[in-house]
Amino acid sequence: MTVMTTLAIRQKGLRPGAMVERNYAVHKHGWLVILTGLLESLFYLFSLGVGVGALVKQIELPDGRMVDYAVFVAPAMLASAAMNAAVAETTFNVFGKLKWMKLYDGVLATPMRPRDVAAGEISWALIRGGIYSTAFLVVMAGLGLTETWWSLLALPGSVLVGLAFSGIGLLATTYFRNWPDFDWMMAFIFVMFLFSGSFAPIENYPEPLQWIVHASPLYHGIELLRACTLGELSPWMLVHAAYLVAVAAVCLAFASRRLSRVLYK
Amino acid sequence: MIRTFRAARRERRAAPPGNGRRIRLDSVTPPLYRRRVQDMISARGLIKRYGDHTAVDGIDINVPKGQAFGFLGPNGAGKSTTMRMIGCVSPPTAGELRILGMDAATDGARIRARLGVVPQDDTLDTELNLLENLVIYARYFGIRYKVARERARELLDFVQLSDRAESKVEDLSGGMRRRLTIARSLINEPELVMLDEPTTGLDPQARHLVWERLFRLKQRGVTLVLTTHYMDEAEQLCDRLVVMDGGRIAAEGTPRQLIEAHVTREVVELRFNTEDHGTIAEKLDGTAQRVEVLPDRVLLYTDDGESTVAEVHGRGLQPASVLERRATLEDVFLRLTGRTLVD
Ligand SMILES: Nc1ncnc2c1ncn2[C@@H]1O[C@H](COP(=O)(O)OP(=O)(O)OP(=O)(O)O)[C@@H](O)[C@H]1O
Ligand SMILES: [Mg+2]
Repeated sequence: MTVMTTLAIRQKGLRPGAMVERNYAVHKHGWLVILTGLLESLFYLFSLGVGVGALVKQIELPDGRMVDYAVFVAPAMLASAAMNAAVAETTFNVFGKLKWMKLYDGVLATPMRPRDVAAGEISWALIRGGIYSTAFLVVMAGLGLTETWWSLLALPGSVLVGLAFSGIGLLATTYFRNWPDFDWMMAFIFVMFLFSGSFAPIENYPEPLQWIVHASPLYHGIELLRACTLGELSPWMLVHAAYLVAVAAVCLAFASRRLSRVLYK
Repeated sequence: MIRTFRAARRERRAAPPGNGRRIRLDSVTPPLYRRRVQDMISARGLIKRYGDHTAVDGIDINVPKGQAFGFLGPNGAGKSTTMRMIGCVSPPTAGELRILGMDAATDGARIRARLGVVPQDDTLDTELNLLENLVIYARYFGIRYKVARERARELLDFVQLSDRAESKVEDLSGGMRRRLTIARSLINEPELVMLDEPTTGLDPQARHLVWERLFRLKQRGVTLVLTTHYMDEAEQLCDRLVVMDGGRIAAEGTPRQLIEAHVTREVVELRFNTEDHGTIAEKLDGTAQRVEVLPDRVLLYTDDGESTVAEVHGRGLQPASVLERRATLEDVFLRLTGRTLVD
C-alpha cells in the first residue's frame, strides 16, 4: 500500500494543484464573493473613461495617433484589475492562512513543500485574476473600448501581470508581521497605480520620474496590455513580458525560501 | 489499514501497467528490504536550538517497527520539538536523524508521505467541513480523489464523527477536533504515526475511544510515537518510554522497568492534620527506603507497605489518613523531573 502511495505521489508531479483544489473547495459555494474586487476596477473604468473622457475626449499617443481617452485608460484599468486580484489573494488571504489559520502548518506535514504551497497559491491567484480579466475584457469589448482582435492577447498579458504581482505579494507577505503592514503595502500599490502611465503617457512625466516608472512592473503590464488593445504591436511587448516574467521568477524563488524559513521552525 | 477490500483492489488496478510486480516494487522502493531490519526512527545526538536556547539537547532514540514509543516530560521539556523534527517540519540544528531509513534532512517530503502526524495544536482547515478536511488532506498526499473520499468516510466512521461530516470545523468541540485530527493523520495509511498529546482535552469516553483506536493501529503493525502528560495513558499504550527533562533524556525503558529502576514497589501516603511536616520527616527517618515530604502529605517509598505502616504507628505517629498503594509511573515521573526529596 505504501508503495502505492509513494508511487502515486511520484507520478503526480502536480502537488501545487492540491493547494488550488483546497482553495476551490473553500470558494465553490461563494464564487460571487471573490468577484467583488472586480467591481473596484470597473468603477474606475466608468468614472475615468466616461467621466474624465467627457472632458479630455481624445489623447495623443507618443506616435501621434489620436484615440478616445476611455480607450487609452481601459487597458490600464485591466492591468490594475489583474494586479489587484493577484495582490489581494497573495497578501490578505495568504497572510490569514499563514498567521491566523495556521493552515500551512498542517499542509507541510504532508509531502507538500513550501515551494508547492507558493506555486499553488500563485496558481490560484492567477485563476482568480484570469476570471477578473476575462470579465473586464468582455465589458471593455461591450463598451467598444477594444480597437482590434489583438485585444484577445491582453488576456494572456494580464495573466503575466497577475504572475508578477502574485510573486511580489507572496514575497511581501512572508515579511509582514501584522495587519498595519498592509496599510503600507496598499499605499505603495496606490502610488504605483497613479504613476505607472495609467492616466497619461509617461512621456509627459519629468525625466527622472520616468526612470523610476520604468522599474514599476505595473508600468510594463499597462504598456503590454495597451499595445494589445490598441493593436500597436511592437518588439517592446516582448521586453515588457520578459520583465514581468523575470519579476515573477525572482519573487517566487525568494518567497519559497522565505516560506521555508517562516514555516520550518 | 483502514480500507475496504474493494478499495484496495481498485487501487491495485489503478496502478500503471508494468513488467511484473516484483521488479517494479524493487525499483520503486529500494530500501524496502533494508527497512525491515532498520529502526523506524533513529536519532543520534539530536539537537535543536532556538537562538541561544537549547530546546533539545543531544538525544539518542531508536524506535523499532511496530513499537509504541512514548515521550514523557514536564512542560517545555522538548517533547513537541522532538516530534516536529521527526515529522520533518523542523530541521535539527545538529545530530543525525533517520526516519524510515531515510535522512530527515534531505528526504523530508518522501518521509512525510509515509508519516501520520497529530500535532499538539490542531491544524485543521477551518474553512472546510469535516469531510472536505480529510479529502483535501488526502489530496496533499497525491491520493486519488475517489480513494480519498472513500477513506475519508471510513475514517470519520473510525473516530465516530460520521454524523458531523458536513459540519464546519469551528462548530466542533475541542475533543471532536482532536478526533478529527487523529482521523486526518491516518488518511495516507501511514507506517509511523506521531501523536503529540493525542488525548489532552478529551472526555473519558473519547479518551478510551482513542486508546482503543490506537491499540488497533498497533495491532496492525503501525509504529506509534506519542507524548502524553497522562501516566495511565503511557502505561496502557507504550511499550517503551523516555522521560525528557530540560531537552535531555532522563530515563528510558518499559513502564515496568522504569518503576523498578527509579522507585520502590509500593508507596505509603500519609496526611497529618496539625504538625509541621519538617519535624515529622525526622521522626519518619528510616521507616522506608525514601521519605518525600510534600506540602500536603508525606510519601514513603517502600517495598513492603504493610510493615512500613506498622513501623509508623509503632513510632507513635498519628497520621490523619494512610493510603497504601503500588508505585506508578507518576511516581517515577515526579522523582525524575523534580520535587524536593529527602533520601
Ligand atoms: N518556535 C520556537 N521558537 C522559540 N522557542 C521555542 C519554539 N518552539 C519551542 N520552543 C522552546 O523550546 C522548549 C521546548 O518546547 P516544546 O514545545 O518542545 O516542549 P514540550 O515538551 O512539548 O512541552 P509541553 O508539555 O508544554 O507541550 C521550550 O522552552 C520552548 O519555549
Ligand atoms: Mg508539547
